[in-house]
Amino acid sequence: MSWVIALGSGVTIGAIIGGFQGFIVAYIGVPSFVVTLGGLLAFRGVVWQMSGGAAVSGIDDTFRKLGGGYRGSVGGDTTWLLAILISVALVAFLVYNRWQRHRFGFRLRPLWADALVGVVGVGVVLFLAWFANETFWPQGAAERFAAENDIPIPEGGLLIPVGFPWPVLLLVGVTLVMTILATRRRFGRYVYSYGGNPQAAELAGINTRWVVMKTFIVIGILCSLAGAIASARLNGATLDIGFSEELDVIAAAVVGGASFAGGIGTIPGAVLGAVVMQSLRFGLAFNGVNASQQSIVIGAILVIAVGFDSWNRRRGGGS
Amino acid sequence: MTVKTAPAAVAQERTPIVEMRNINVAFGGVRAVDDVSVDLYAGEVVGLVGGNGAGKSTLMKALSGAHPPDSGQIVVDGQIREIRSPTIAQSLGIETIYQTLALAENQTAPANMFLGRELVTRWGMLDDGSMEAATREVMGRLNPLFEGFRQPVQELSGGQRQAVAIARAVHFNARIMIMDEPTAALGPAETAQVRDLIRQLKSEGIGIFLISHDIHDVFDLSDRISVMYHAKIVGTVKRDDVTTDDVLAMIILGKVPEQVTVEERASLH
Repeated sequence: MSWVIALGSGVTIGAIIGGFQGFIVAYIGVPSFVVTLGGLLAFRGVVWQMSGGAAVSGIDDTFRKLGGGYRGSVGGDTTWLLAILISVALVAFLVYNRWQRHRFGFRLRPLWADALVGVVGVGVVLFLAWFANETFWPQGAAERFAAENDIPIPEGGLLIPVGFPWPVLLLVGVTLVMTILATRRRFGRYVYSYGGNPQAAELAGINTRWVVMKTFIVIGILCSLAGAIASARLNGATLDIGFSEELDVIAAAVVGGASFAGGIGTIPGAVLGAVVMQSLRFGLAFNGVNASQQSIVIGAILVIAVGFDSWNRRRGGGS
Repeated sequence: MTVKTAPAAVAQERTPIVEMRNINVAFGGVRAVDDVSVDLYAGEVVGLVGGNGAGKSTLMKALSGAHPPDSGQIVVDGQIREIRSPTIAQSLGIETIYQTLALAENQTAPANMFLGRELVTRWGMLDDGSMEAATREVMGRLNPLFEGFRQPVQELSGGQRQAVAIARAVHFNARIMIMDEPTAALGPAETAQVRDLIRQLKSEGIGIFLISHDIHDVFDLSDRISVMYHAKIVGTVKRDDVTTDDVLAMIILGKVPEQVTVEERASLH
């Protein structure tokens, strides 16, 4: 159970630090960029002090599952079960939406469009499950596992399906929760409204300071989850863990359609942005492009992608 | 001619829905509103005019809760009220329509109409269906041609945006509306649209404070006109008793018509 305590206190500390930063921004009125930059320097210093400059290693086995890999995945059967559950949820969501629109007499999307979304969505989920289950434990690890558990090794080697990795499931969960928070809850609406026009939000009677502070708390929690995954993956926490990843995060959000001016951007967009940027990096590395050239390409693509987007917006006059 | 004390004939023997008595607001050492009293009856439009910085908007912010007054009384329906925030003003049926500030441009019309007062389901989820249906219902009354319930309001025309702001007030059963330059950013056709809206609201028994630079707007719509000059009230006159020149003289010279000399009047032209 120690991993629950570790993760729980990590998340709590994340929320507290986020709240502290948010308090300074919302109630004292220091610009958020300055507070974030100052916090980055100061809290890295705190970590340095506390660890005495040494890396922390030897992480709990269960906690390490958060890092993924073949030991940090849910296995074949659970993967199929999850895939089926997600598919059912997807279809239920589409049906519910249609029913809602019907109830108020709004124009419905053609049935074939909804059906297409459903079929493609379920297809993608099942394909991913199949793909994850076609990936097997490395032979050495599988044999060791068999020896420990007295499982006879069949001819042709023991094939243990890996299935969905825990961090990916965590990502899906966080994406879902954050999307609901952003689009279906008052909090999310206030965040977007504040981003769009702070004065209007204020005049509408929204407690904008509290909304800003809550936003920072949410970000603190998400950062703590990211930190948990990163340290579990590394099987330890070094001083420079996550170093300069804040820039990757900004790039992902911007490529995903978020606006620096505020009020524009989506959660799935940011996730997609991260997937695109990391795929690009992996793809380049896989093709033998060296690190310096990767940086050049990725930097250029970031600017081009965002530039194209704003050019497109100007031309299209809005949407 | 009645000046300064002026319960309009239409409104005799009724209590005003709003009375602001001896309101003072100062920013630092500057008096923005100096001992100003105005009142408003149901179904009446009171035009509030004056030069830039005369204190019209500040006075109305005291009523809308955006900037509570330093001293003075606000009486709503015969009861003294402390209006410390926009939320309190809204709960008293006071809604404000600002020239530009009041809409979250990145949100849809229903989201704006319910901003800060969203409808939610039992689970606390936003009930966008109900909100859109309510918006369509109100818009059907105010502006039947309105389209675009799904797009961000920044893609709508100025007149449509103003309609969204007014729909917000109407939906929440405003009895007292403050309109701060509602036509300033609009073209002629849209201005006409908003004027029609104001007349309709008036006929529904809503009292309206209309802040405007446009003397024609004010004359066209108001029953009474209160003129402010350098943070003080010059006077409140009935629209039918005065000419535009009288009011212009009040705005520019800060004097009631009786005090204006012939030379001064000539200098206005």
